[in-house]
Amino acid sequence: MERTSTRSNKSTRPSVAPLSEDGARRLTIGLLLAPAVLVILLLFMGGLVSGFLRSLGYFPLIGLNEFNFDAYTSILTDNGFLRSFVLTFHIAFTSTVIAGILAVASAMLLRPSFRGKRFVQFIFSLNLTIPHLVGAVGVLYLFSGSGLVSRLATGAGLIDTPAGFPAMVNDPWAIGIIIQYVWKEIPFIGVIVLAILLSVGEDYESVARSLGANRWQAFRHVTLPLIMPGVISASVIVFAFTFGAFEIPWLLGATFPKALPVLAFESYKDVDLAARPQAMAMSMVIAFMSTLMIFAYMKLSRRYIRS
Amino acid sequence: MTSSVTTPPRNRPWRVTGRWIGISALLAFLVAPIVPLFVWSISFRWFYPAILPTEYSTRAWVEVITPHNDVVGVAWNTVLIALVVTAFSILLGVPAGRALGLYEFRGKRVVEWLILAPVIVPGLAVVLGIHVLFIRAGIHNSIPGVMLVHLVPTLPYMTLVMSGVFANYDTDFELQARSLGAGRIATQWYVTLPAIFPGVVVGALFAFIISWSQYVLTLLIGGGQVQTLPLLLFGFVRSDPAIAGALSVVFILPAVLVLLLSSRYLSGDNAAVGGIGNI
Repeated sequence: MERTSTRSNKSTRPSVAPLSEDGARRLTIGLLLAPAVLVILLLFMGGLVSGFLRSLGYFPLIGLNEFNFDAYTSILTDNGFLRSFVLTFHIAFTSTVIAGILAVASAMLLRPSFRGKRFVQFIFSLNLTIPHLVGAVGVLYLFSGSGLVSRLATGAGLIDTPAGFPAMVNDPWAIGIIIQYVWKEIPFIGVIVLAILLSVGEDYESVARSLGANRWQAFRHVTLPLIMPGVISASVIVFAFTFGAFEIPWLLGATFPKALPVLAFESYKDVDLAARPQAMAMSMVIAFMSTLMIFAYMKLSRRYIRS
Repeated sequence: MTSSVTTPPRNRPWRVTGRWIGISALLAFLVAPIVPLFVWSISFRWFYPAILPTEYSTRAWVEVITPHNDVVGVAWNTVLIALVVTAFSILLGVPAGRALGLYEFRGKRVVEWLILAPVIVPGLAVVLGIHVLFIRAGIHNSIPGVMLVHLVPTLPYMTLVMSGVFANYDTDFELQARSLGAGRIATQWYVTLPAIFPGVVVGALFAFIISWSQYVLTLLIGGGQVQTLPLLLFGFVRSDPAIAGALSVVFILPAVLVLLLSSRYLSGDNAAVGGIGNI
């Protein structure tokens, strides 16, 4: 390169005369950021704040001008809400843990080079982009009482009627929902883990092996610590998503208890307007849980980097 | 136990067989939910306990593909919304990504948090509040309202992708073009755009898919007045599995196309993958 400009003065704008260089730089940054930040502030933060005010009972249109915690005390003392919360936590936690473990196993399977690897990797990444809803419909047609798996079980003589098939969709344990999330999130976490595995290479593992570690020890003490930051960051996104996703429990969930997002949506749609602050309070609980996830993630990753 | 350092362990035949059994099981699990959708879409009679349909038919496909039918109109609606949302995400997200990727400034962490938050906080946590605001603004139950609310997941995503692209971008080329006499617009068009183009394309493709697959945001803000493919599909799931199957296949197609077009760029360590958690 002929010019000897360094990276640090990349913001130099030759033609901005009246402003100082620093002022021009600040103006540039401001102008570049303003439209996007404004839209996100208005929509996202606006939605959050408006939901929060409503959850405190502030609703001037129908004459409610005072703040109170009634909605929160009423949902927190409601058995139905608590059952929903526990169920939703179970869905998010179980899905994330199972998907995380299977994703690491899958990435280890797909790491070495073998014939047909490109094809296998394509199929592996296929449902990264397939919408959750389609996966949920597929899981319904596979695992419902008259679904394909039940038909296969009947054909094999294991059961006689659809009623003999264990309830796996719209069931209280949310098995169908968890199957759908695991199906969708294995490739998501797996692709991230696989990228780390490939960039790190197998050298560290080979060293550990040549020093006498067996395969499990080399994996547990060398490979796993290397991929853990990726696994954690992907898992946090998965947990937050599965805690707040609506359409999968809406299709595959039981009538009682309902997943929190479904409960919030239905309370919001309730003809009884008094249920609205409660719906808003529930959506705030979902927002709170995902904020908690972000903090937990920051703390975990920091502790991780230190050690 | 004596360790056999000299034998490369991966060459043992049972290990290779084990790997292939594992890979086959994995792929079977990942493909399994898609299979019944295809079969349902061409079935006519498929009663329990028949493992395959006893009669096949193209009825569902004819109904889905026939022009002037609801489905085609709704599909165009979905495409239109996704295209406009993608265009606005590019228009706002590329400059913001440039600011975040190229510059250090005070308050940058706050801005990064603000842009990361909608990627992690689920849509349902904010859409109820947004609905209240939109009712007051009079844009609920309308296509522009739905487009606006789709920006909540797509714009931060586009910004994150572009911030990653600009972090590896060298502005010296722009300075060289300017010093050689190119104007601002010419520089952006001939120097900047070609350099960031692959990133913009990948970000745009995924922004399109994120909008394409939105369900609850459209359901609430559209208020039944705005129909998109996912809402239509949902309505048929229990009433007519054949149509639901065909619609699912239509619904998947752009997703697979996007993956084919962008698989080169999806190495897993770039920001494009992180946002897929939203689809």
